Amino acid sequence: MKFFPLLIANLFRKKVRTTLTLGSFSVALFLFCLLATIDASFNQGVEVAGVDRLVVLNRTSLIQPLPYSYQERLLQINGVKAVTFAIWFGGIYQNERNFFPQFAIDYTTYPQMYPEFAIPPEQWEAFIRDREGCVVGRGTFVKYGWKLGDRIPLRGTIFPGAWEFNIRAVYEGTRNEDDTTQFWFRYDYLDERRDLGKGTVGWYMVKVDHPDHAAQVAAAVDRLFSNSPFETKTETEKSFASDFIKQVGNIKLIMISIGGVVFFTLLLVTGSTISMSVRERTGEIAVLKTIGFSDIMVLCLVLGESLLLALVGGGTGLVLAKLFTLGGDPTGGFLPIFYLAPRKMAMGLVLALIIGLLCGILPALFAMRLKIVEALRRV
Amino acid sequence: MVKVDGSTPGDSLIRVRNLDKRYQRGSEEIHVLQGLNLDVDQGEFVAFMGPSGSGKTTLLNLLGGLDLPSAGSITVAGDEITSMSGRKLTTWRARHVGFIFQLYNLIPVLTAFQNVEMPLVLTDLSKAERREHVETALSMVGLADRMHHYPRQLSGGQEQRVAIARAIVSDPTFLLCDEPTGDLDRASADEILDLLDQLMRDYSKTVLIVTHDPRAAQHAKVVLHLEKGILIEGQQRERQV
Repeated sequence: MKFFPLLIANLFRKKVRTTLTLGSFSVALFLFCLLATIDASFNQGVEVAGVDRLVVLNRTSLIQPLPYSYQERLLQINGVKAVTFAIWFGGIYQNERNFFPQFAIDYTTYPQMYPEFAIPPEQWEAFIRDREGCVVGRGTFVKYGWKLGDRIPLRGTIFPGAWEFNIRAVYEGTRNEDDTTQFWFRYDYLDERRDLGKGTVGWYMVKVDHPDHAAQVAAAVDRLFSNSPFETKTETEKSFASDFIKQVGNIKLIMISIGGVVFFTLLLVTGSTISMSVRERTGEIAVLKTIGFSDIMVLCLVLGESLLLALVGGGTGLVLAKLFTLGGDPTGGFLPIFYLAPRKMAMGLVLALIIGLLCGILPALFAMRLKIVEALRRV
Repeated sequence: MVKVDGSTPGDSLIRVRNLDKRYQRGSEEIHVLQGLNLDVDQGEFVAFMGPSGSGKTTLLNLLGGLDLPSAGSITVAGDEITSMSGRKLTTWRARHVGFIFQLYNLIPVLTAFQNVEMPLVLTDLSKAERREHVETALSMVGLADRMHHYPRQLSGGQEQRVAIARAIVSDPTFLLCDEPTGDLDRASADEILDLLDQLMRDYSKTVLIVTHDPRAAQHAKVVLHLEKGILIEGQQRERQV
């Protein structure tokens, strides 16, 4: 702490240069957090996927339906604990930009399949009682300023026509990463009104009695429906989410590439700035050594400056990124879980400190090895 | 007493024996100091004079433990500094030597107070104790009212006085001054020399000064001349105070 005033004074001797360097750290860390948040958002399904849940799809394609009658047959397979289903609705609320995922669900089995979503029992009861009722995730509910009892009009695209729903319940995620943007309504209401694909569902979710039995049960499901008009493809929820992301592209590689370029540039820019700053102070460093600062102390002082820059600049970037993510999904629904986890923030800070250390190490060694007599001669 | 013939048997404060310093410049070897002997007692004010390149600053650097000799020994207050490790030498320097440079070499981003405090942050003194020491040192050089000024807000003479305060704040055994008045006008130079006089007179500080300025040398009790690396005893007189 005794050396802190010296550190601060050295950092702020060139205010513009220090501010720009701090800015570089802030921007880099802000970008890192943003990329990490986007990556996490894409991988959210994988991260939060239940280890004991399987997804049963039509083998031909995700958009092809499966018969409603499969539910009972699935329940008869050994190792299957529960079965539910859903169907993608794809309606539009007011205009296309107001995107949120809508599913028609089997209300009799859905909550048991997804215990991570918490719903007040009286609200769930109200939903069950109202054929036109719907359940909305807290995120979407807040975003559009809805209230319980509001009537929500949706324009059907897959299932044409004007659809209206009464908000009867709001669900919350029990984890920060849980998706709270979904909109559920009753499957029987959809099936009754639609003309196309009556008696079919989009996919089934199967809960197995033990995660170790997942592969065995998946094989049994596909075997059961092989050579039928609706063959199935069954996989774990994690694998399904992962495959789904791969259709978009190798998001992680894109993120790592962008992040890598940004941090490498930061390393060069900051390293050169700190080197310049130390070289300008050759005489002062010699004086410090003259009055009793050891080589190691001088090394620590320069490294301290570099780390302080990284800490303050990086910290600012992290705080700004956190504030930005608190504002919610900036894409209007494409990234439903826009959440910057503390773990990612800590990772960002560690990364900033490593960059700070790398930037400072060469100038610090230069300062440490500086010969007093030679340096004083240059003054 | 100051002697340059190496004949003093007693324990003088600074004792230099057969000091050699050679530099290699390309293929040429430059013999800066040659078999130099010197004994300086406590409370002396010694001026080293000589033409440029005669080795004055080299001698000062060696006495202050900033450089190592090619041969010979330097003993200060019983410690032979020429055999000390780099780390030990740094600690010794902090304890025993106060440096004053021609260009003051203050840290421009620190106030006068902070500059003077620098040598003390290496000690175990508390913040309050450090403050007390710094205020005393700045009062001694007559700058108590300028302690929160930055070097750029001070005149050259004032900056040099801050440098002197920094040199004496840790109560070193001796002061090494390399052309302390070389960058000052006459009036300021006289002030600085008077201050060094006062430190010697009132606090028994040993002062060794390198200078080209005969008027500065007049303040010394003893003037020694360095010519081609050899120390020649000059005038030694009782100074008029």
